[in-house]
Amino acid sequence: MPLGFFQSAASFLLLAAVAGMLASLFWTDALASRWSPAALAITHLLTLGFLGLVMLGSLLQMLPVLLGVTVNVRPFWIHAARHGLSAGALLLALGLGLGERILLIGAAATLGLSLLVLIPGFTRALFLSRARTQLTWPYRTAWIALWVTFILGLTLALGLAGLWPLSDPIGLTHLHLTWGLAGWVLLLIIGSAYQVIPMLQLTPPYPNRMSHSLIGLLCAGLILGTLGATAMASLILVLTALGFAFSTLWIQHQRRRKVDDETIRFWRLGMVSLTLCALLLPVTQTLAEQHSDPLQTSLGILFLIGFASSVVIGMLYKILPFLAWFHLRTQTSAPSSQIPNMKQFIPDPQQRQHFWLHLSSVVLLVPTPFLPGPFALPGWALLTLSALRLLRHIGAVKRSFLAHGGCL
Amino acid sequence: MSRIADYLSEDHTHCDDLFVAAENAVSTTDWALAQTAFEQFSNATLCHLAREEVILFPAFEATTGMVNGPTQVMRMEHTEMRDTLSAMADSLARHDSSAFLGLSETLLMLMRQHNTKEEQILYRMCDQMLAGEADNLVVRMAAVTPGANPQA
Repeated sequence: MPLGFFQSAASFLLLAAVAGMLASLFWTDALASRWSPAALAITHLLTLGFLGLVMLGSLLQMLPVLLGVTVNVRPFWIHAARHGLSAGALLLALGLGLGERILLIGAAATLGLSLLVLIPGFTRALFLSRARTQLTWPYRTAWIALWVTFILGLTLALGLAGLWPLSDPIGLTHLHLTWGLAGWVLLLIIGSAYQVIPMLQLTPPYPNRMSHSLIGLLCAGLILGTLGATAMASLILVLTALGFAFSTLWIQHQRRRKVDDETIRFWRLGMVSLTLCALLLPVTQTLAEQHSDPLQTSLGILFLIGFASSVVIGMLYKILPFLAWFHLRTQTSAPSSQIPNMKQFIPDPQQRQHFWLHLSSVVLLVPTPFLPGPFALPGWALLTLSALRLLRHIGAVKRSFLAHGGCL
Repeated sequence: MSRIADYLSEDHTHCDDLFVAAENAVSTTDWALAQTAFEQFSNATLCHLAREEVILFPAFEATTGMVNGPTQVMRMEHTEMRDTLSAMADSLARHDSSAFLGLSETLLMLMRQHNTKEEQILYRMCDQMLAGEADNLVVRMAAVTPGANPQA
């Protein structure tokens, strides 16, 4: 079970939230600009630490089911990569936050080595799979996007550390975040949604032609952005995001199950946040830098915490209890009546409380780049509670799993 | 050619429809309707499992020689499904909606990930490997109905 990845990931969500609290308390206007050291550090705790670890952990578990392939990396190396990625994300956040050259070099080396361990296994699994599903190409493209993001990030980090000159650091940073957020994060979530939402929420499938078009559009947007056609790339990315968000909300509206499903709330929050991101992006591009900067920061909060984190938490609350149940059954051979069912691992009321905590944190955090530092404190405090909830629920699943005879 | 995949995927959809009817009835505590709907779902699911275990899997294993491969994994997951169905029947008899809905959530995850593996991998392999006898296999699987003797 990729429980270690999920626990490490949730710890990074907590770290990001605590860093946000400290920054808003002790560092006036620390988060008013997306270029501030605190904003850069928190962004990487969220993207690399939280989202990166949870996505890689989920892929390890989901590829055998969704593409019929196993990621052939020995458990020792998987654990080593997880610890390496965690250490690298922490070093990178510290390096960016404190402006320490040696930390940035250490981060680049640790992250590079950790990802190198995973390359052969993931690449072979993704590209040699014979399964032709709606997510085969989104996953392959997302994997390529992760590598482009990493290489651009490496260039930036080592350039900031003084190892080589950076001729256009801002342009390179825009490319880095476009490939990271639209390529790796959005593409992976879209690909997963194509399979996971109809499969687990009993909705109609995404329309076939539209699902292919969205992936094609997203790839075209990434390539145009790389070639410098920024306005066209933005328009395409906006249309893709809107198409995905609306089609997801539409098929969820048509789901056949009438029982409450708390994870759908997280998905809906994610889709509403993505819609707002798509509407705000063109606005930021019409404003001068000093006016667009706080709006860009709000956009980042909406994308990372409102969209990506919400969807990831929603998926975790499906995957984690099922894996615990499934491994308990196969390891102990105990009948279903003698082991907890999925809803007993993380009961609905607890998921619902977590949803409201998370939603409140998003609502309070989004306007904070326009307000003085201390106004951000309640939002970061709520996100801290949200992360603690997630950690508590993951811990509860682990304890229950072990108490019923499971072996990690 | 996707004769086998089409037939058995439609059977999955039929089982999903009956699952939803049973779960929705329990969620509104309409116990009489729930009992009928659950029996229909349970019978249809057990019939589907029998179609695979008695007709399809042996044919696949005889042609490919793979007896400890994907069909073995599918059989193990069928055992998990039967066990969970049995626990659901017990909770229904006790009119325990909380236990039933927890188990139905679990069964849904189990069924859907299982069906995905079958539809995207195993059935396609069957259509390739058993192309010459696909029509005959589908006729034989269709003859397996709830209550019928699948060995006949």
